[in-house]
Amino acid sequence: MRLFKNVITRMILERVMLGILTLFAVSVLIFAATSILPGDAATAVLGQGATPETVKAYREELGLDRPAIVRYGDWLAGVVQGDLGTSLTTRQPISDSVIPRFENTLFLAGFAALIAVPLAIGLGIIAAINEGRLVDRVANIVSLGAISVPEFFVAYLLILFFAVKLGLFPTLATVFPEMGFFDRLYVTILPVIALIMIVTAHMLRMTRSAVLSVLSQPYIEMAFLKGLRRRSVIMQHALPNAAAPIISVVALNLAYLIVGVVVIEVVFVYPGLGQYMVDAVSKRDLPVVQGCALLFAATFVAVNALADILSVAINPRLRRSRH
Amino acid sequence: MNEHVLKIRNLRIESVAGTTLVDGVDLTVARGEVLGLIGESGAGKSTIGLASMGYARAGCRIVGGTIELEGKELRSLGAEGRRDLRGTRIAYVAQSASASFNPAHTIMRQVCEIPVYHGLMTRAQAKAHAIELFRSLGLPEPEKFGEKYPHEVSGGQLQRAMAAMAIAGKPDILVFDEPTTALDVTTQIEVLALIKKIIWEFGTAALYITHDLAVVAQVADRIMVLRGGRTVEMGTCEQILSAPVEDYTRLLVAERDVHHSLVSDALVDAEKTVLEVDRVNAAYGSISILQDVSLTIAKGETLAVVGESGSGKSSLARVIVGLHSATSGSVRFEKKTLDPNCRNRSRTDQQGIQLVHQHPDVSLNPRQTIGNIIGRPARFYGGLSGRALKQKITELLKMVGLPENFAVRKPGTLSGGQKQRVSIARALAANPALIICDEPTSALDPLVAQEILELLVRLQRELGLSYLFITHDLGIVQRLAHRTLVLLKGEVVSIGATREVFSPPMHPYTQKLIESVPAMKTNWLDGVLAARADRTAREEPTAA
Repeated sequence: MRLFKNVITRMILERVMLGILTLFAVSVLIFAATSILPGDAATAVLGQGATPETVKAYREELGLDRPAIVRYGDWLAGVVQGDLGTSLTTRQPISDSVIPRFENTLFLAGFAALIAVPLAIGLGIIAAINEGRLVDRVANIVSLGAISVPEFFVAYLLILFFAVKLGLFPTLATVFPEMGFFDRLYVTILPVIALIMIVTAHMLRMTRSAVLSVLSQPYIEMAFLKGLRRRSVIMQHALPNAAAPIISVVALNLAYLIVGVVVIEVVFVYPGLGQYMVDAVSKRDLPVVQGCALLFAATFVAVNALADILSVAINPRLRRSRH
Repeated sequence: MNEHVLKIRNLRIESVAGTTLVDGVDLTVARGEVLGLIGESGAGKSTIGLASMGYARAGCRIVGGTIELEGKELRSLGAEGRRDLRGTRIAYVAQSASASFNPAHTIMRQVCEIPVYHGLMTRAQAKAHAIELFRSLGLPEPEKFGEKYPHEVSGGQLQRAMAAMAIAGKPDILVFDEPTTALDVTTQIEVLALIKKIIWEFGTAALYITHDLAVVAQVADRIMVLRGGRTVEMGTCEQILSAPVEDYTRLLVAERDVHHSLVSDALVDAEKTVLEVDRVNAAYGSISILQDVSLTIAKGETLAVVGESGSGKSSLARVIVGLHSATSGSVRFEKKTLDPNCRNRSRTDQQGIQLVHQHPDVSLNPRQTIGNIIGRPARFYGGLSGRALKQKITELLKMVGLPENFAVRKPGTLSGGQKQRVSIARALAANPALIICDEPTSALDPLVAQEILELLVRLQRELGLSYLFITHDLGIVQRLAHRTLVLLKGEVVSIGATREVFSPPMHPYTQKLIESVPAMKTNWLDGVLAARADRTAREEPTAA
């Protein structure tokens, strides 16, 4: 058991270090990318009509006249201490407005994931058990359809039927801090359904094919020859060996739920991080864009590192080496 | 009480595409009896073995006949009924233990699966029973052995664990599907002894499937010879070995006849050394694979390199052709020292030494025609083109005994033996002085292998070729090689004329190797095991 702990702890440490390194590289990229954008906050805020003198003065006030490397250093030092800087448009600390919005995004993503992940894996396994039968074909066709339809289209269809025609749910998913938990669930139900439809299909198909690809292994034939039912063979012998690809596709979709919900947030006017970022981009509020991008990157890195660690933890060959 | 455990009548199995795989096979296995099924690949032996469990692989269908297990007809029993019998009344032992264990579960869980799943025992009972089995099969620390995962134990231990898994449900009959085919001769003996012990101790009947007649003769009471899905001949072990009725069986029996040497020393030009390897050392990283290996090969001579897997046989070949650079020592070809790396060798140096691989499936490009495959070296080294090239291809095909029209076919349409002939033709196209053959027949059925060996000998006689022949099959060595080199863990244990290497006094390892080759007689295994026990008994007092 000591060995198990050692391998896992070493792995976790390694992943955390790598994650930090990745984030550092990402921060450089984000800063460089926002720096080469045409125009800066000063021209954006002051508008086309501003005289060069006012723009220059405003730039100096914001510190935009200093060399990029110095500004990067300042920014990074702030980020490390949890300070993402000040918004150019609202003059408020970015961290204050980002955190509640990030929580909103996590709530939406978590709600969707809680339903989508078990649903996708369950249906994927059922499809694999009944390979070639009706259940499998229906699952295949429906999931292929769901993948092919763009997410905003799904969102508008949901609004049309459930909000406009049937009037069951609100069209806008407006939430505010004082709102109760069940009210929140109620107003976010349409965006959550839209998200579930998008990510479930992908995970379902991956689960099915990961399980089926293991079925050609000799130990699967051995399990059949030991007199096991197909269901038992798949659950006990195929699934544990198909876990690694399933975990990585789940991680990819979880990250997508958090990072890729921008479109859904905009359609339902949900006050999440994605909508906030889109807003900031249109206002040229570059510090906010940088902060949001970094937060998204951190989420992505964390989810993937978690998936890697989990894959090792459930694989006896990696967990327990021969020595 | 039914005296037959298994009774198969008029069994017919087809592929989904409609080709007949097994055609009208009848067999019976009495309680406690061992029936050997023997034949080349495609003979339908494994298909019959699986059918006796009421199981057909994907793409196969049992279309006719009856399969009675313990008086129950499996085909009319229904899926649920068949499953109840699998593992409990009839159990399967596969070729590869490492592939047959699920890597995600402990050995204990998998050994207990049959009795627990079928409700024969509680988990605690099954565990106690498994520990008992581990102990009687000689596994180390039987109480703790089951807690390990398959990757944590050695291949030999896993083989024993697979046997324990098969008998955990106390079946009446076991199906052994080529359990020793992938093993070295020295390991094969241990596994054969284990199988005999199981059959003897637990009194189970068995269906023993193999392509090696000498192996099956050690364990079987009766032997059934199969070819192309049909029964050729069936009889007791003694009858098949001493008085085979059918020609095909006679060929199988004669295949191991080591006294009939295929080569003579008359054509060897001992004065003319083709290859000289001098104190070569090689390593993969920090792991040494060859230590001070020296050898010479004369014109027209065959030098066999023997040893078990991991002894460095193939590495030696790679060093000679320059695919792996030696760390020290030299390789001289026709009096010229070759660069350790083949990239730095001249075209003529490369031309002189050609390689024939073990698996023609992998070494022939499936997208090219045979004409292209053979023609490329002829064009590259010989500078041939157009009509001359075409003529050369035809000539090469004729040399290896293939019809001219094969030039337009692709490897996928050829049999294993035909593919290996193409590989040989490709080597010949470069017009080499030395061909390195890396186990060229080990993937082939015995009779096809025999034909390839005869082809190699004929080419040697006609063209004065030299061979470096890598193999673990000592039967081949004794028929084919003028001289033999025995390799153990990268070191030369013995080198010399084949007859001398294999006659006393021998190096202990050479002796072990030669004793491990199954002989075409029924009591060979018992003799070897008795001799071993005797030796250990004699050695022990001196050790103490």
